[in-house]
Amino acid sequence: MTSFLQEYGAMIISKLWEHIEISGMALFLGVVIAVPLGVLLTRLPKTASVVIAIASMLQTIPALALLAMMIPLFGIGKFPAVIALFVYSLLPILRNTYIGINGVDPVLKDAAKGMGMTNLQSIMQVELVMASQVIMSGIRLAATYVIAWATLASYIGAGGLGDMIFNGLNLYQPKLILGGTIPVILLALLVDFILGQVEKKLTPKTTRN
Amino acid sequence: MLKFDNISKIYKGNKAVDNFNLEVQDGEFICFIGTSGSGKTTTMRMINRMLTQTSGTITIDGKDIAKMDPVKLRRQIGYVIQNIGLMPHMTIRENITLVPKLLKWPEEKRNERAKEMIELVELPESYLDRYPSELSGGQQQRIGVVRALAADQDIILMDEPFGALDPITREALQDLVKDLQERLGKTFIFVTHDMDEALKLATRIVVMSEGKIVQADTPDNILKNPANKFVENLIGQDRLIQARPSITTVGQVMLANPVSITPGKSLVTAIRLMHDRRVDTLLVTDDAGILKGYIDIESLDYNFNTSSSVSDIMNKDIFYVKEDSLVRDTVERILKRGFKNVPVINKEGILVGIVTRATLVDIVYDALWGDENSAPHEEVSGTTTETANENNPSSTKEG
Repeated sequence: MTSFLQEYGAMIISKLWEHIEISGMALFLGVVIAVPLGVLLTRLPKTASVVIAIASMLQTIPALALLAMMIPLFGIGKFPAVIALFVYSLLPILRNTYIGINGVDPVLKDAAKGMGMTNLQSIMQVELVMASQVIMSGIRLAATYVIAWATLASYIGAGGLGDMIFNGLNLYQPKLILGGTIPVILLALLVDFILGQVEKKLTPKTTRN
Repeated sequence: MLKFDNISKIYKGNKAVDNFNLEVQDGEFICFIGTSGSGKTTTMRMINRMLTQTSGTITIDGKDIAKMDPVKLRRQIGYVIQNIGLMPHMTIRENITLVPKLLKWPEEKRNERAKEMIELVELPESYLDRYPSELSGGQQQRIGVVRALAADQDIILMDEPFGALDPITREALQDLVKDLQERLGKTFIFVTHDMDEALKLATRIVVMSEGKIVQADTPDNILKNPANKFVENLIGQDRLIQARPSITTVGQVMLANPVSITPGKSLVTAIRLMHDRRVDTLLVTDDAGILKGYIDIESLDYNFNTSSSVSDIMNKDIFYVKEDSLVRDTVERILKRGFKNVPVINKEGILVGIVTRATLVDIVYDALWGDENSAPHEEVSGTTTETANENNPSSTKEG
């Protein structure tokens, strides 16, 4: 164990960092695009079903195939990997945002509008706050997906902990496979825990305690 | 002044509101009443442009609301909805000052207003930092009401605001709203399907059916001259009888000079006074005659050894009516709550009289036989005679 860490420790750290970079960027893009899009779709119910159907369809493309499809479009490296993973993060975030905002008590939306809130004020001060829990659970799910699938990104030269796993497979080195897999699992668990804490913070207070 | 000019609203080919015309003067309390689907809520919601009319114009002080910015318009109009609609994630303070905040009032002014408003609805200031879920339904709707007043709105729209509350809470809130309207002089548009509520609150009732106005008149005129069978049914048989003493005020039927005592007096004085005047309850007033509470023989007996003055055992939670309120509203309340007697106060809060259950007998009696020219309704007279018999056997002789 210690000798393994001495030999591969530095490598694990640098691959882990790459892994965080790729999945972090993909998730960030996902949140930044899917949350506003989800909110927008609640205002356009007819378009919503079409867009969500498209996002669901993208989700069904096998991860490896999607990554391969990125090569003719964006070449190899980190960028196409981030794009592919971003596509995967879209659906859970988009769907949960849409469901969450639509699930806000219509009485509150009516009250917000009737009090004279603009559409944006109603979204920012009422709807997003009330839907924050549902949206956050979509983000948590997306984060877990993205971290897991980022291992495959090594196939198109994006780096990350996938490199160690595939090296291990090619060289019949179970140590390397585990050395890549365990950090991925730990990373996913840790990120889920952190996002869980964020979710708690964002959940609106409705009593003094 | 709020004016509806040929307003129609068509929903999927159905006329929800059909050529609606109405002028509302400032300070009026208008109740829209009708069965569900009569277009009353639809009409109300067009005032703050939550809905848009298919044709016609609505003007406020001569300005066409269709030409105003809807957001600005809504901030000028108070809006109270049936399901209360307080923001669960905002404190009571934030809820009350929601519109002032949208209007960018400075924080200090908002805080001040929150305090004024919570006082207006008789809730403690400490509630300002609570969340809506920590208040009862009735308390929440009190906040709902002042949220609609907090930004000095001149027109208040209320959409069956008390429909979901229990009868006692509902009554307390009706009293509160009526009192606020009288004090603040705002224009209220109040949607309800409860005729009792409309009769009690409105200065003018607009009866609607199938999107049209069936009758628009004062409560008294509606009771006296219902336009057609539909209005009659809406009013109900019982109330047509009650309609007769409708213009009588409590001041006209009360017993003057009720037995009262000041808080500083000793319990011995109190019991002597009860004995002399043959009563079991004393109303407590301060030196200026303002009603403060009451003491009764049970609490006096129970506390005689441990307390010495009237103020120690006085019950401050007292139900009273105002001198100029109508007997029609008062009768039902006294009957419903089962009070033995109810003190009457004038505008300054000074005790001026008392209404007892014997007074009620007189009222019912007068209602049935007071007007010699009109014969009482057959079916109703039977049951009412029974009541009269129980309370005052002598009345049958005259009847």
